[in-house]
Amino acid sequence: MSSSSPVSAVGSEPTECRESVPKDVIHTNEHVLEIVSDSGEGAQKCGQIFAAVSAKMSYGVWTVEIIPAEIEPPARTPASASGNLIRFGRDRITNWGDEVKLVVAFNEQVLLSQHRLDALADDCIVLIESKWSTHSDEEICQQWKAAMEEIGESGYRIIPVPMEEECLRRVDDPRRGKNMFALGLLAQIYGLDLEKIREQIRAQFAKKAPEVSKSNCDLLELGVEWAEGNLDFRIEIPRIEVDEPRVVMNGNQAAALGAVASGMEFCAMYPITPATSVSHYLCEMFENYGGKVHQSEDEIAAAGVAIGASYAGKVALTVTSGPGLALKTEFIGLAIMTEIPLVVLDVQRGGPSTGLPTKVEQSDLLAALFGQPGDAPRVVMAPATIEECFHAMITARRIAKMFRCVVIVLSDANLGTGQQQFRRPALDERWHAAPPNHRAVGSDERPYDWDPETGLSQRIVPGQPGGMHTITGLNHDQDSQVDYGPEANQLGCNMRSRKLALLHETMSPPPIHGDDSGRLLVVGWGSTKGAIEEAVDRARADGHPVSSTHITFLSPLQPGLRDIFERFDHVMTVEINYSDDLDAPHITPENRRLGQLAFLLRAQTLVDVDCWTRVPGQPLRPGQIHDAIHTKLSSISEMETTPA
Amino acid sequence: MSDQLRSFFGCGLDDERTFDLDDYGDVVPRWCSGCGDHGVLNSVKRLMRDEQLLPERTVFVSGIGCSSRFPHYLNTYGFHGIHGRALPVATGIKLSRPDLHVFVVMGDGDCCSIGAGHWLHATRYNIDMTVLMLDNAIYGLTKNQTSPTTPMGYATNTQPKGSFLPALNPITTTLGVTNVSFVAQTADWVPAHLLATIRAAYRHSGFSFVRILQRCPKFTAPLFAEQARTPDLHEMLIHPNGVTVPGLDKIYKRSLEHDPADIDRARALSEESERVRLGVFYRNESQPRYDDIRHLPTHTAAQNIERLNVELDRYAV
Ligand SMILES: Cc1ncc(C[n+]2csc(CCOP(=O)(O)OP(=O)(O)O)c2C)c(N)n1
Ligand code: SF4
Ligand SMILES: [Mg+2]
Repeated sequence: MSSSSPVSAVGSEPTECRESVPKDVIHTNEHVLEIVSDSGEGAQKCGQIFAAVSAKMSYGVWTVEIIPAEIEPPARTPASASGNLIRFGRDRITNWGDEVKLVVAFNEQVLLSQHRLDALADDCIVLIESKWSTHSDEEICQQWKAAMEEIGESGYRIIPVPMEEECLRRVDDPRRGKNMFALGLLAQIYGLDLEKIREQIRAQFAKKAPEVSKSNCDLLELGVEWAEGNLDFRIEIPRIEVDEPRVVMNGNQAAALGAVASGMEFCAMYPITPATSVSHYLCEMFENYGGKVHQSEDEIAAAGVAIGASYAGKVALTVTSGPGLALKTEFIGLAIMTEIPLVVLDVQRGGPSTGLPTKVEQSDLLAALFGQPGDAPRVVMAPATIEECFHAMITARRIAKMFRCVVIVLSDANLGTGQQQFRRPALDERWHAAPPNHRAVGSDERPYDWDPETGLSQRIVPGQPGGMHTITGLNHDQDSQVDYGPEANQLGCNMRSRKLALLHETMSPPPIHGDDSGRLLVVGWGSTKGAIEEAVDRARADGHPVSSTHITFLSPLQPGLRDIFERFDHVMTVEINYSDDLDAPHITPENRRLGQLAFLLRAQTLVDVDCWTRVPGQPLRPGQIHDAIHTKLSSISEMETTPA
Repeated sequence: MSDQLRSFFGCGLDDERTFDLDDYGDVVPRWCSGCGDHGVLNSVKRLMRDEQLLPERTVFVSGIGCSSRFPHYLNTYGFHGIHGRALPVATGIKLSRPDLHVFVVMGDGDCCSIGAGHWLHATRYNIDMTVLMLDNAIYGLTKNQTSPTTPMGYATNTQPKGSFLPALNPITTTLGVTNVSFVAQTADWVPAHLLATIRAAYRHSGFSFVRILQRCPKFTAPLFAEQARTPDLHEMLIHPNGVTVPGLDKIYKRSLEHDPADIDRARALSEESERVRLGVFYRNESQPRYDDIRHLPTHTAAQNIERLNVELDRYAV
């Protein structure tokens, strides 16, 4: 390919030739690819099927959705880019990796959007719809030219593909169904199992007329043929067959299924991105399990309705994201005060305010921990993988019930919309709560019969004869009588807090990835786990004594952290939330605002924890973290060699 | 409650217990003397006694305010929650436990100001519950601030030169909501009418909204004193399908025949008039009830696991 023109000659001419072109085989253990189209052209569906099928073929997979902020942004603009990034390979994949190696783009503008994000590898292979380059509209041709000039500097290998023209051979409206042609291209390039793809297509369109899935399968075939006849390469990635049963899904699906598996029967919510898909999924299937989803008039009501349902004997769930969590604040305080079990799932997005609705951030940690006025102890936990999104709901339900408390589960947009495969959970009846018991309450029983050691007490719910009492958000005694006295208030606070100490006793320290001691320990929480561990592995391969640990329970904070930290010379968190960089204007060690986990860890452990955080509205990349580790290590060495 | 539910919850039909007034609560309320809330409490206890409600099957949900202390003075289950949010809590309770009798007690600030959004939507959901809005035209608990129902010109601590705007009319407002099913007005100073009205509300299947004009001698004495003394300032809405209190017409002589099925007339009558109108403005039991629609059979854990395994197959690799 000449460096002056990024457009490769291969396949630039639409061809009737269906002969196979000889192929260079690119051998690699993994690849990162992207499918981008204008919003509404179906690149997401194409990506989802690709991911599902590669997972079914035993590849490790991680996907990231590319979602425009508007429903129908103007077509052929960078803002319209919609699609999927897929990283897949021989081994387990835990994050989206560093660079995209292959792109299928439905027009040059959506390609530009990905190019401008600096997301594409220098030698990225780009398969792009060719019709725009020779479009009858002069302006479009100009836009194409300008785009090619802009990306001309890069070393991409650009392969124009007459997608619509090819599709026209089978369908009248090629804009619909082009995504299946693209899927065919990819299937051929990566050697995906076509029968498995057809199965997926049939499942997707099961509710539509049979012709729909037929024509989609035809287009798939066309794509395969075109690649066969025109491309001079294919990519071969080895597979390791796994023999354990596995499932593949995204974190919101996993959380919804986890909620069902936990025996929760009630979810109240108000739609908010990126948590809506949990609610959609629950709306679709919860009733089959005797569960109810109530869409409230707002998030305040959703919290209230969930609390009402919990009060009446269930453990209820409310699902939300940052702005909704803010609205639920007062009700969460009430649940804590009255010790009504409640599970709150917060699929975090960028903030503050409406922020980045579709994009990932880990900025709700402190709000989740401290969002209520007054002393309001609650449990906060953060799943780090899709699998953990499933199991977190079961754990959360159990803790909420057993400890009569609020459990906030912090997922995020990366986990919520990313797909990964994991071991199929072996469902267990013991995950369900026992059905409500309406036994009579003895005259010696009290609604807050706190065990002074543990703060635990047994819940009495409406319907139990002899148990009548009024619960109140005012301070109250063991009989739930309002009591503003100094002792009663101290006791209530002690008891609600004691429960967390008890829970803390049941926990174990987080495992360490790498050696148990060393020069630098990287600490993370939530969805960054895979990227952090991959970065740490690379740093270790470079010969650096670096390890990492990942915290699941943020409140109460998992035990043993101080001991772990003390075995390392330095500790640094890596998070997707804001912190001041020390070299930024006006920033001093004294006024520096820290990452949220760093803030917490310093307070709880008295260790001088540093942080490296970014808020790109994207998941962190292992390469970025690897660089940050290097920078940190060199600044440590510098400090040590500079005389004081 | 259906027989089936009764036996499901282990509460036999052969329940031999009978309840008298004291069984529903014998605590001395902490409201000011002369406060209209006392009278409402007495009527509510009477209703429960007359209907022989099982105390353990009855839940009173309230918000925050003087009026919201209500559940504390009853020997039923009670949920004294947060300001303005009684209705969502009651919604959650009734949706998950249709076997419970749910009552809601709110103040005018609670219902018409901070909780106004919930009021509108709860009216539309039309879930079976009895809703008492104790309207003293003021914020009582926080000491004399203007509420949405404070009459224009009435001076308070927050609008010392007099309330700026015409008062919101809770009856008109509720009658304007789609799927409204029961709206009535009564006053704490006409106990017989109060009891009859909340009984009608309790017996109504659906969301029954009762605005109770309530004296607050502490902060709005002048607003109600003359009214409470003068039967002729009232106009009773009477009809066989509304509330009719035998003998009351001897004192409250002004009355108006109003069929509560007629929503247009109800709306017209709810607009300002010279006299305060007491009675049932609207009643319609054929409106869809959200709690009915959303009623679901229960499942066992084993059944759910079986189904969930089928669901997981969809994701199987
Ligand atoms: C979120 C919140 N805002 C404000 C208050 C303070 N507050 C308590 S009661 C009340 C108003 C009470 O008026 P109303 O609802 O009419 O009840 P009343 O006391 O008159 O019976 C207010 C503003 C509160 N408790 N919570
Ligand atoms: S302030 Fe008014 S409403 Fe409150 S208790 Fe006293 S009289 Fe009743
Ligand atoms: Mg009031």
